[in-house]
Formats: sequence, structure tokens, C-alpha cells
Amino acid sequence: MDVMIPTTYKVQKFFKETHDTFTIELKSIENKNGFSFEPGQFNMIYIFGVGEIPISISGDPNKHGVLVHTTRAVGTVTREMAKLKKDGIVGIRGPFGKPWPIKEAVGNDILLIAGGIGLAPLRPVIYHVLSHREYYGKIILLYGARTPQDILYRKELERLKSRLDIDIIVTVDRAVKNWTGNVGVVTTLIPRAPFDPINTTAMICGPEIMMRYTIVELLKRGLAKENIFVSMERNMKCGVGFCGHCQYGTEFICKDGPVFSYKEIEHLFGKREI
Amino acid sequence: MKILQANNFDLLLNILKENEYEIIGPTIQNGAIVYDKIESSRDFPIGYTDKQTPATYRIEKSNNDAFFHFVVGPQSWKRYLYPPVQKLFTAFLNGNAIKFEKEEFLPIKYAFIGVRSCEIQAIEIQDKVFFGGEFQNNRYKTLRKNSLIIAVNCSKAESNCFCTSMESGPEVKSGYDLVLTEIIYDKEHYFLINSGSQKGDEILSQMNLLEADENALKLGKDVIEKTKSQITKHLNISNLKELLLKNIESSIWEDVAKRCLSCGNCTMVCPTCFCMTVEDYTDLQKTKAERIQKWDSCFTLEYSYIHGGSVRVSVGSRYRQWLTHKLASWHEQFGTSGCVGCGRCITWCPVGIDITEEASKIRKISEYQNISLEEN
Repeated sequence: MDVMIPTTYKVQKFFKETHDTFTIELKSIENKNGFSFEPGQFNMIYIFGVGEIPISISGDPNKHGVLVHTTRAVGTVTREMAKLKKDGIVGIRGPFGKPWPIKEAVGNDILLIAGGIGLAPLRPVIYHVLSHREYYGKIILLYGARTPQDILYRKELERLKSRLDIDIIVTVDRAVKNWTGNVGVVTTLIPRAPFDPINTTAMICGPEIMMRYTIVELLKRGLAKENIFVSMERNMKCGVGFCGHCQYGTEFICKDGPVFSYKEIEHLFGKREI
Repeated sequence: MKILQANNFDLLLNILKENEYEIIGPTIQNGAIVYDKIESSRDFPIGYTDKQTPATYRIEKSNNDAFFHFVVGPQSWKRYLYPPVQKLFTAFLNGNAIKFEKEEFLPIKYAFIGVRSCEIQAIEIQDKVFFGGEFQNNRYKTLRKNSLIIAVNCSKAESNCFCTSMESGPEVKSGYDLVLTEIIYDKEHYFLINSGSQKGDEILSQMNLLEADENALKLGKDVIEKTKSQITKHLNISNLKELLLKNIESSIWEDVAKRCLSCGNCTMVCPTCFCMTVEDYTDLQKTKAERIQKWDSCFTLEYSYIHGGSVRVSVGSRYRQWLTHKLASWHEQFGTSGCVGCGRCITWCPVGIDITEEASKIRKISEYQNISLEEN
């Protein structure tokens, strides 16, 4: 096995999530055992002749038969991915990277804070904590989208909201007609969010600026730096520490991350052009 | 320690050939000493030496017929162990199926001849990068394990050499299969030759050479001492990692950016730089796609490109990435400095930016700040 050679996966389902995001469900052609991963890990997805990019896994870690990726059509490879149809083929290398601290967080309140497409890498955590519900305290999801039309996994969120053992608070930056929910950036939800700052593990994923201000608010609420986790993003060509592109200070995002505790990267976080 | 006469040097080369090694060593091409295939000792830059200062490299006639009286040129051995362009795989699209065909490589047995002490350290640093961790670069690892290192003690230093600071030379102390010291003295021209491994023993045992006498050993030591005394460039590495990591927002990065052309020469000539990118090539029918891996440089804008733009837009941030990686982050990542003091980046920088000077500026500013803090 060469770590730089992809294996083939077939598209079982393709569906549009919002105007610029979509989800693909993949099945391994070669591996009968399916695909195992931990929440927060990513794959390198290869599109024939176009290129290869890192995308986090957004499916249920307990379901090995299907590999799920949600992404935004924004670059050369993702725009080509957006054209995939049922039975289309992609190359997969992975899973790579360090996962969200779901084991370390046992016993704690789980605070998930997502911005935009940042909800996709956190969805496996939601699946995991809900299927191991008795191991965790309160489960809170704070989610910010640009507009009501940009809300990812909307039906699923509405379904989850009906459960009594998870708090889901959604906000949009810009409201439109018929929107009766919260308006404002996701950080405005933090001061009143119902968690116990002493025993909470926060996991944040979104644009760097959103994560920065989220951390500011969490620190104000008294969360410890070592209990705040973020998922970082940089250019990646290999996923295994050979290409150098994803370096973030002394860290390789691909193998030392993408999930880091704030304590580990505090000295770099928010600094320009690192 | 044995003695190999210069006029008998081809004996060594022939034995290497008999042992199925492909010999790579220094030779002159396009006005520079580079590493390429060696057929006989006549291919060496006999009677030539090099002159190096920041942004300048020249070869010129020397006053003797030495084989190795120069330092390091624009290339390093990584060109062979980690070629600049490598195909990773070919993907074949057939209807709705893709087949990936891994690019096989020839497990060539290279004999690298004329490897300098700093270069051995560079190879050992790349070993850590490519097979020291969880993931392995099989191609690199195979070529490396197959290779034979025939080192040579430097008989001179150039003004950009700072191996003594990086504890990488000039004396070859470990990591070699055979080591040579070239001696030209009183019309005599010979090499001290010693083995440092079982592979080296095997080659040496096939040569039937005479033992070196005390006089020859002394002359060998003199060569190393003389070279050491010629080294004028120094880099103070004490606390350097901490100093650099503390000063990522220093103004010196903007200052160096005024001179840096972000051409990436320093990364191409560096014997430890390992960054790469990949490119995909499809045929016109879109049935075959090749994935090619190429050396890359952290000085390009594309290097840090993510959706929406590059992370490191300013030249200063790219120079900072390179220098702090080399002299600081590398310690955290691989347990060693990423610099061996070979001086290539200084010689081949078109504007003569000197890594030792830039790092020293950080130290000076930092020390000045500490002093002014204490005074206040």
C-alpha cells in the first residue's frame, strides 16, 4: 500500500444541500469492510484528471458502509465534484488527521459552535454523542449561517431540535422575509448559551475570524483554553506531512491537526499570514 | 586507514561498478560543479576550485590537480534520492471505472562519491522527514537504503560555509560507508581512505591497499584543521528556536522582504527542503491522467492558497515561513535543525540575502529589547 495512491469509491447518492453546497455518499469498490474514521478526520478526494483536495468527513462514524462528504463548490476540484452523479467514481486517500476530543470530553457538556460549512466536520460529533448520549452532559449546538437559505442540513437540524436532550440554536447574519429566528453572528449566542463553563468541551469549526471571536466569548464565559478545540485549514497536497504546505507554525495541520486545542496554538492564532 | 593513490583512483570506481553501483559524483557542467554520472576519475573537476560569496559562484583553475578542492555546488544529493519531478501514478478512466497504476521505480544502487560532512547531515535530516514518522516515502527509503556514501573531508572552506556553527562539519565523523581525505604534499597525491560500515568494509577489502603511515595520518588531520580555520561565517544557535518563534511579528521580516525577490532559489538549492506539489496531466481523450510530484517552494503564492486566496500574501511572511521552519519549527517537527550550514542559500540568492545575518538581526533586536526592558 502506497499512501499516495487513492482507492476508488462509487457515488451512491448525490444531493444538493444549499445553492452552493452538496453532499455525496460514497461506497468503497475495493474494500468490503467499508470505511472507518473518527469524527474530525478528513480524506484527500481525487477527481480524475482535475486534482485532489482535503475534505472533512461528515457522516456517521458508526456507519461503516457509507462514506459521506459535504462540501461547497468553490474551487477547481469542488466545482468538478459538484457535477458528480450517481455511480460516478472518485479516488479516496484517508482518513487522516487527529480527531475531535470525543473521548476526552466524556462526562462534560458538549458545546459545538459552527459557522457556515463548518457544520460539516462537526456533524460526526453530533452523531457520536447522540448515540453515546449517557456519556455526556448537556449537548448544545450553536450554528450561524449567512442567510436562512444557507442553513446546512436544515431538515436534519429541525428533526434533532425535536429531541429533548440536545439544544440547537441557529442564527443568521442576514434575515429575509418569513425568518422568525435569531439574527446576528454566532458569537452573540454564547453569553446566554446553557452550559457549565467548568465542565464543558467546546468544539469550533468555521472561518478563522469566526473561530477567533468565538474563543474570545468562550474565554469570557470562563472556559479553559485546553477545553476549547478548533479545526484548522490550510493548503494540502499530501495529507501525511510530506508536502509541507499545511504548516501552521511548528504544526502540520494534516498530521498534528486539523483539530487543535486552543492552548496548543494560542501563540499563533489570529496572527497574520502564519 | 588505508592509502589510495590518486593515479589509482579508478580502481575504486571499477570496484563500485563491479558491485553494480551507479556512480554519482562532482563534475563540471555549465560553469558549475554539479553531481552527475561518473565514468572515470577524469570526470571529476580536476584542477578546479570554486569561489563563493553571497549571490556569487564562480569556478576557476586552482594551483594543483586536486579532485575535490572545492565546496558544495548548486545541487545536492537529494536530486537523486528525492528527484525534482516524479510520477506518482497514472489513472485510467474506462467508462465509469478508474484504475490507479502506481508508478514503479528502479531500485538503483547509487554510490555517491564526494559527499561532504554537511551533506551527510542533510541526508540524515531528510531520512527523518521521509521515513522517520508514521508515514513512509517508500521510493526515498529504498534508494537511500541502497545507496553507498563515499564521503570526502573538505580541503577548503568558502566564505558562505558555516558548518561549524551547525555542528555538521567540516570533518566527516559518521553516516558514511567510506571516507576520503585528499592529500597533495611534496609531489605526492593520494587519498586516505577509511571504512565506516559493513558495506564500506566490503568495498575496501576488494581493493588491497597499503596501510597509511603516521605521517600520512598527520597530513590528513592537517587538512581538516586548515579547513576549519578557514571558516569565517558563524551562526549563534543558542536559544535560536525560542528567539525566532517569539519574534514572528518582528519588523525584520518586512525589512528582508524589501530585498527578497521570492524566487525560491534558496529552497531549490537547500539540501533539506522537502516541500512538493502535485500536478495532473490528462490526455486529450480524457481517458488517462498522470499525477506528477514536483519540488515546490514556500516562496510561491500558490503554496498557501486556500479558497478565496493565499494565506501568505506578503513576501515577508513567506521568508519568515522559510527561515523559521529551517531554524526553529524543524526542531519541533523532526528533532533537529533543518539547516546544515552548507551556505548554498546564501550563494545562490540572487540578491545575497544571508540566513545567518537575518537570524542574527532577530537576536540583536531581541537582546536590545531585553536590555531596554531591564533599564526601564
